[in-house]
Amino acid sequence: MKGNEAIAEAAIRCGVDGYFGYPITPQSEIMETLMLLRPWETTGMVVLQAESEIASINMVYGGAGCGKKVMTTSSSPGVSLMQEGLTYLAGAELPCVVVNVVRGGPGLGTIQPAQSDYFQSTKGGGHGDYNLIVLAPSSVQEMADFVELAFDLAFKYRNPAMILTDGMIGQMMEKVEMKPFKPRWTNEEIEQLSPWSTTGKSAARERNIITSVELDPLAFETFNKKLQAKYRKMEQEEVRFETFECDDAEYLLVAYGSSARICQKSVQLLRAKGIKAGLLRPITLFPFPTKQIAELAGQVKGILSVELSAGQMVEDVRLAVNGKVKVEHYGRMGGMVHSPEEVVEALEKKIIGG
Amino acid sequence: MSIEIKDIIKPENLVYQKSSLLTDRVMHYCPGCSHGVVNRLIAEVIEELGIQNETIGVTPVGCSVLLYNYIDVDWHEAAHGRAPAVGTGIKRLRPDRYVFTYQGDGDLAAIGTAETIHACNRGENIVMIFINNGIYGMTGGQMAPTTLQGMNTSTSPFGRDLARDGNPLKMTEIVAQLPGTCYVTRQAVHTAAAVRKTKKALFKAFENQKLNKGTSFVEVVSTCSSGWKLTPVQSNKWMEENMFPYYPLGDLKDK
Amino acid sequence: MNEEIIIAGFGGQGVLSMGKILAYSGVMQDMEVSWMPSYGPEMRGGTANVTVILSDSRISSPILKKYDTAIILNQQSMDKFEKSIKPGGLLLYDGNGITRHPERTDINICRVDAAEEASKMNSSKTFNMIVLGAYLKLRPIVTMDNVMEGLKKSLPERHHHLLPLNRDAIVRGTEIVKSVHEVSAS
Ligand SMILES: Cc1ncc(C[n+]2csc(CCOP(=O)(O)OP(=O)(O)O)c2C)c(N)n1
Ligand code: SF4
Repeated sequence: MKGNEAIAEAAIRCGVDGYFGYPITPQSEIMETLMLLRPWETTGMVVLQAESEIASINMVYGGAGCGKKVMTTSSSPGVSLMQEGLTYLAGAELPCVVVNVVRGGPGLGTIQPAQSDYFQSTKGGGHGDYNLIVLAPSSVQEMADFVELAFDLAFKYRNPAMILTDGMIGQMMEKVEMKPFKPRWTNEEIEQLSPWSTTGKSAARERNIITSVELDPLAFETFNKKLQAKYRKMEQEEVRFETFECDDAEYLLVAYGSSARICQKSVQLLRAKGIKAGLLRPITLFPFPTKQIAELAGQVKGILSVELSAGQMVEDVRLAVNGKVKVEHYGRMGGMVHSPEEVVEALEKKIIGG
Repeated sequence: MSIEIKDIIKPENLVYQKSSLLTDRVMHYCPGCSHGVVNRLIAEVIEELGIQNETIGVTPVGCSVLLYNYIDVDWHEAAHGRAPAVGTGIKRLRPDRYVFTYQGDGDLAAIGTAETIHACNRGENIVMIFINNGIYGMTGGQMAPTTLQGMNTSTSPFGRDLARDGNPLKMTEIVAQLPGTCYVTRQAVHTAAAVRKTKKALFKAFENQKLNKGTSFVEVVSTCSSGWKLTPVQSNKWMEENMFPYYPLGDLKDK
Repeated sequence: MNEEIIIAGFGGQGVLSMGKILAYSGVMQDMEVSWMPSYGPEMRGGTANVTVILSDSRISSPILKKYDTAIILNQQSMDKFEKSIKPGGLLLYDGNGITRHPERTDINICRVDAAEEASKMNSSKTFNMIVLGAYLKLRPIVTMDNVMEGLKKSLPERHHHLLPLNRDAIVRGTEIVKSVHEVSAS
């Protein structure tokens, strides 16, 4: 199964209530797969092609306000259009899932894989002080699994969650084990689970208002503090990562998603050459595995952050390492993908030799 | 006496010549696509009006995204759907220039509906060219706002369902009602006669701009053989039988 | 076992689907697999290629620079991928349309005239199955039964009546493949 198809299939299986999207390469297969599978006839999931990404994210905003599990998917230019909607969702503390199958930018750019939306995804993206929960799958299996995980986290924290991937994982086919079907929440369950949602005011409760406006600055500062406390809690409790050959590593690669797959091979090539290299793969990009990288910085001689970008995550790696060892960036841009050999060469040149 | 090629290729025998504004770049459109014909007509009209140096075109995001490679005028590439706003910005700051936009149906009638309607409503003194092929060509054949009822696309694999997707949108009829538009017409390029009519419409649109009359809106009902999964010949036939009844050709407004 | 393969040719030669069938066959045989196509505008009539990896253990990078095997179906791909085969690896190619034959001496080179054979079989669609047969003769990493299972999975139900024809084509491929150059096993 292809990565993009896995997302569609997993969404139906984990009881998603609604999908709203607009075609854009390289992720159009997600909506196309949903339209072929016709989940409205089986689970009752709504699938709608919107007139734009601005409309998609605002449809999500509406659905999320009702306490429903709603999602949209797009690629970089479309996700840029969604930024206004996302800051409203974060400001109104609403859960939803957005998938960004990143392509090379800036501008209309290229449809080939890239990781150049890291800043936009992990640092908020729209205006105001907020963060998205960001998950970075590196296999087709994780594309499927992270749909449910993203919804779990989004509802746990009442915050939008993003799956940040690219055309390489989206177009790739691998073996996937799908989880069994879960029923969608009933409206009664939603009233229990999400008492804040706009389900229609019953006599038993006050009216619910979904909003992000607050005219009193002091009150709004208090609200902002509450948001920040939520993000700090995520940093304490939700960091996910994977290490590969790190136990005796003298050199460390840090890479996520598609780049982590490539780097895994680079580690094998380096080890075959007698260089003790390891790989740390952040699975959550927000919250970032700062502590784990800091610990490894005490063990290794140098770190290479490898991304399909001009160097974005490397800033977070440097913050984590805090000057303890040398940290450099390596990566191709604009839709070009580095080979495992190029990474080996970069480590030798920039870290071991340099 | 036998005639040789060199006897035929003579200036006095010339019946047709490629517009000097058309570059030598090979067009990337699929065989049977209407885009190429309309691109050529635009080049001819600009050339014949002698306004090459005074024209700024705005390209969309869609199959015609690379249109700027084919016609030798200045171009501005807009984001998906935003061409009318970009064109507004250009025309307001350079009212002495001819400005035209060129958009597909997804670009003009879905993501850019607001920009389209408001540019027409303000009566921006520009030419808007609208290629309606009833599908998203560039992204691989998804449903467009103009996709006909029951028509199969990759996001309506069982046909456009009016209850779910709404009716095919007649943008041209909508903008014809706005006081800002001066000339609104629907044409096609499937026959030589139709091509001549479309060329005439484009002439009129550019001339209106010179006369400061407001927005001229030229829809061209078009084929997308790749998206429709038909041969070029079948596409023309399918268009005549299915598109024309819903999107009838002719002038909707001419003031 | 870890076999890293690139299949490259023109769009429309069935490059991607051949890779898919190989990958599905691997799944049937309980292997780890990955199938990574080149995608995008280059696919319109231009060249198409796909990287397929079959392995007993977890697969790392789905995109590679060096391959154990290259299956090459046009000249452009020959120019691009002949140099990407690991020493001692395998190059399998269809001679049809090839103007510059492979020159390396440190790899095994085999040829299958599948295009010619497909036209003899009166079915250009079987072309890629003949090539697949040739490959499986040289690298019997999946069994015929599992290939047929893989085929079944990747063909839509309405095309299942074509299964026997495809089977014949695979068998034909195993018969007509010939070695052009062998690296001595030293
Ligand atoms: C913000 C944004 N969303 C989506 C896309 C992807 N996209 C590119 S062209 C297109 C639609 C093309 O259809 P149309 O406008 O009808 O033109 P055609 O290709 O048929 O000529 C889409 C959705 C994009 N480039 N930017
Ligand atoms: S996909 Fe359709 S609109 Fe695009 S170039 Fe081909 S025929 Fe024309």
